[in-house]
Amino acid sequence: MPALRPENLEEVREAVRAYPRLRARGGGTKPALSTPREGEALLDLSRLRGLLAYEPEEFVFTAFAGTPVAEVEEALRAHGQYLPFHPPLAGKGATLGGTVAAGLSGPLRHRFGGLRDFLLGVRFVDGEGRVVRGGGKVVKNAAGFPFHRLMVGSLGAFGVMVELSFKVFPRPRTTRTLRVRRENLEEALADLERLRLLPLDLLALDLVPPATLELRLGGFERSVEARLKRLQDLLGEGEVLAEDEAHWEAVRDLGFLEGSPIWVKVPAKPHLIPELEGLPLGPRRYLDGGEVLYAGATEEGLKALKEAGLPHLVLRGAETPLFPEPQGAFFAGVKKALDPKGRFPLG
Amino acid sequence: MGFLEELKALLPGRVLTGEAELAPYESDALTAYRKRPLAVALPERKEEVLGVVRLCHRYGVPFVARGSGTSLSGGSLPVEGGVVIALNRMNRILRLDPKARIAVVEPGVVNLKVSQEAAPFGLYYAPDPSSQPISTLGGNVAFNSGGAHCLKYGMTANHVLGLEVVTPTGEVVRLGGESLEGVGPDLHGFFVGTEGLLGVAVEITLRLLPRPEAYHTVLAAYPSLEAAGEAVSRVIRAGLLPGAMEIMDRLSIEAAEKAVRAGYPPVEGLLIVELEGPKEEVAEEAQVLEGVLRESGALELRVARDEAERQAIWKGRKAAFSAVGRLSPDYLVQDGVVPRSRLGEALREIQRLSREYGLRVANVFHAGDGNLHPLVLYDGKKPGELERAEALAGEILRLCVRLGGSLTGEHGIGVEKKGYMPEMFSPEDLLAMEEVKRALDPKGLANRGKVLPEVVRAGA
Ligand SMILES: Cc1cc2nc3c(=O)[nH]c(=O)nc-3n(C[C@H](O)[C@H](O)[C@@H](O)COP(=O)(O)OP(=O)(O)OC[C@H]3O[C@@H](n4cnc5c(N)ncnc54)[C@H](O)[C@@H]3O)c2cc1C
Ligand SMILES: Cc1cc2nc3c(=O)[nH]c(=O)nc-3n(C[C@H](O)[C@H](O)[C@H](O)COP(=O)(O)OP(=O)(O)OC[C@H]3O[C@@H](n4cnc5c(N)ncnc54)[C@H](O)[C@@H]3O)c2cc1C
Repeated sequence: MPALRPENLEEVREAVRAYPRLRARGGGTKPALSTPREGEALLDLSRLRGLLAYEPEEFVFTAFAGTPVAEVEEALRAHGQYLPFHPPLAGKGATLGGTVAAGLSGPLRHRFGGLRDFLLGVRFVDGEGRVVRGGGKVVKNAAGFPFHRLMVGSLGAFGVMVELSFKVFPRPRTTRTLRVRRENLEEALADLERLRLLPLDLLALDLVPPATLELRLGGFERSVEARLKRLQDLLGEGEVLAEDEAHWEAVRDLGFLEGSPIWVKVPAKPHLIPELEGLPLGPRRYLDGGEVLYAGATEEGLKALKEAGLPHLVLRGAETPLFPEPQGAFFAGVKKALDPKGRFPLG
Repeated sequence: MGFLEELKALLPGRVLTGEAELAPYESDALTAYRKRPLAVALPERKEEVLGVVRLCHRYGVPFVARGSGTSLSGGSLPVEGGVVIALNRMNRILRLDPKARIAVVEPGVVNLKVSQEAAPFGLYYAPDPSSQPISTLGGNVAFNSGGAHCLKYGMTANHVLGLEVVTPTGEVVRLGGESLEGVGPDLHGFFVGTEGLLGVAVEITLRLLPRPEAYHTVLAAYPSLEAAGEAVSRVIRAGLLPGAMEIMDRLSIEAAEKAVRAGYPPVEGLLIVELEGPKEEVAEEAQVLEGVLRESGALELRVARDEAERQAIWKGRKAAFSAVGRLSPDYLVQDGVVPRSRLGEALREIQRLSREYGLRVANVFHAGDGNLHPLVLYDGKKPGELERAEALAGEILRLCVRLGGSLTGEHGIGVEKKGYMPEMFSPEDLLAMEEVKRALDPKGLANRGKVLPEVVRAGA
């Protein structure tokens, strides 16, 4: 199969109409999701890139779906803004479209929410080659069916995203990270659960098994220092990472998974952590106060997740990336409406 | 047995059909529209909702789910000859798990109740429409309701983690889960905001947040709406992210004063800014905010020193809609959105239209979101005045779309704005919505006649 490299909306439509089965690829950072299967044409979206509109005062930008996250973040940084959901693998070339289709958020999602909280609108080409818009380009909108939210985690099932609009926020002026080690998982979990209920506005709250907590604070210099002190009173001195940017960039690029053949994302919850810790998984980290696990694994680990009935998404290294596959009348209906000929993945 | 007999057998003693019984369900908060339903069903459990929907499907009878009927766009207007499924009796909080930071609720639970129940744990449910003390979570989910805190915290969709839904063909599906992160398409996110066209939500899982530690609430008075609006831009440019930024114009201020005596100064524009977060951070932000507001030409700055003063500042704003009702026998609330930087242009144009149509328009709005709420005042007893008000409202909607915004920020399309959908969406966009609707509801029974304009299929 040839690789198609559309440069504009019209070429995406032509590609969709011309091939019975397609798989889109942005930056190729999640190969389990973007590698074409038997009979699928590869739709490489890396040429469909660039910022279409960005007005810092609106807290909104619109860009082509193939735009690398890093490129967008550079533009935002120039105006003291950022994408608070911290899209993973930005340093590896992740694009906006790939991030949305995979439904991924990084460690900073803890403060203001994940991808689904920041996506405002989409323009996509559906399975019939029609151009469909959902959402809009303003921070608040409730008109029509919210097709943009449907795209989050869709793995491209409903169409090829061409254009995306996001909300952004002002970047914290200063950040500090506190790392505290506990005797065992139980103690670390007890602290994690306590921290989840406190109004501390942590930027990130991660658990690194077996028993380390990492907390990131952001804001005005003086306030950050005072709050760091408060946290230390609560948790003990710990280790303070003053220049913490590089550390968190490595985390969000999932550097801790390098060397694992399979990379997997597992929705979690603090009370699920002991069970997850009992499974044969490799290096791992729980983000957002224990709401999501990114882990390295082998086939054995994947099998264990399936047997435990735990939903998960494989980013790298397996044939079937999604467990369980979406089912039920609701998914089937939406799929039938937007991709009646089954050109795209899933269902 | 016919349809009604079967329905009555399903919900013994809980099917209303008498004239007087039906009257309260004939319209929602948009009272300009009225329709007489065939019957009102009062289920108490989700199995009963399922039973009713299946029955409707079998007989081809249209149905409308209804919470408290506070929709401002005719969203819960009955369908002629159809059934109203009134969900107020399904009002239990099924589970409130502070450690997991979630609440699992029935659709008829009133929004405010969730925060009240969560308060002892230091948690709350963030979306706070002004109708919070009466509107239900089912209605909030269907409309993706907002409130004063959307810029920072998002709308209802952002706070719904999972849903159990009865589809229009009578199947039960679970969408989403309990975790903040999921895998696979965000189907629950998609359901939120579809205005009851794709099924009835019978169970809703909500995320709860820790209550902010500190608030800093400021009321700033301005000699013009323009100056108030410019102050909003200055706050954003200073890199602040307030929890809420609200503006009221003179007419709304006067109305609110008459109604609740909040002690607002009689000026052309009032701005309420509220910071929230950890106390040290709020203290730093407050200093920056004070500097910004001082330079913005405010005639007066009032800072709430305690919770009572904070509530006093909010009192007038929260009462504004109902207060404006005192100035005029009737009013239409509009809900358009414009990019924040076009607010001035939008307000100027609204004032021009107000003069042109000879109808007063009061403005109270979520300035941080660019979400306008022009209240078009009219007297329904005067022949032609409702039509004029609707025409003026329509011009305002077109204006918002023209400026790059949206027909609705939080009140939904309902019956009221469906005719304007083609202004914002292309035929292909609308066709995609139609196709989804048709695939999930082949008989077109769920909230028939709402959101999607009739012209779509004809034009496609
Ligand atoms: C967020 C925001 C941003 C803004 N940005 C800009 C900007 O960038 N540039 C800009 O030029 N302006 C801007 N404006 C202000 C806008 O231009 C004003 O609304 C302006 O048109 C009114 O001028 P004024 O302040 O003199 O209002 P006023 O003349 O003081 O009128 C205000 C109020 O008086 C009442 N009123 C006045 N005349 C009538 C009438 N004939 N019929 C009924 N009611 C009437 C209305 O209730 C109205 O709300 C902004 C406003 C806001 C809120
Ligand atoms: C004074 C006042 C102030 C308001 N302020 C705001 C505000 O600040 N922000 C805001 O967003 N809105 C506001 N509203 C509008 C309204 O309160 C909201 O739209 C609210 O969500 C409606 O809730 P309800 O329970 O009254 O729903 P209803 O009006 O009964 O129904 C609304 C829609 O939801 C559907 N529906 C209801 N329950 C379900 C269910 N379980 N499953 C599927 N569909 C269902 C109905 O069919 C209908 O289409 C205000 C209204 C009033 C009267």
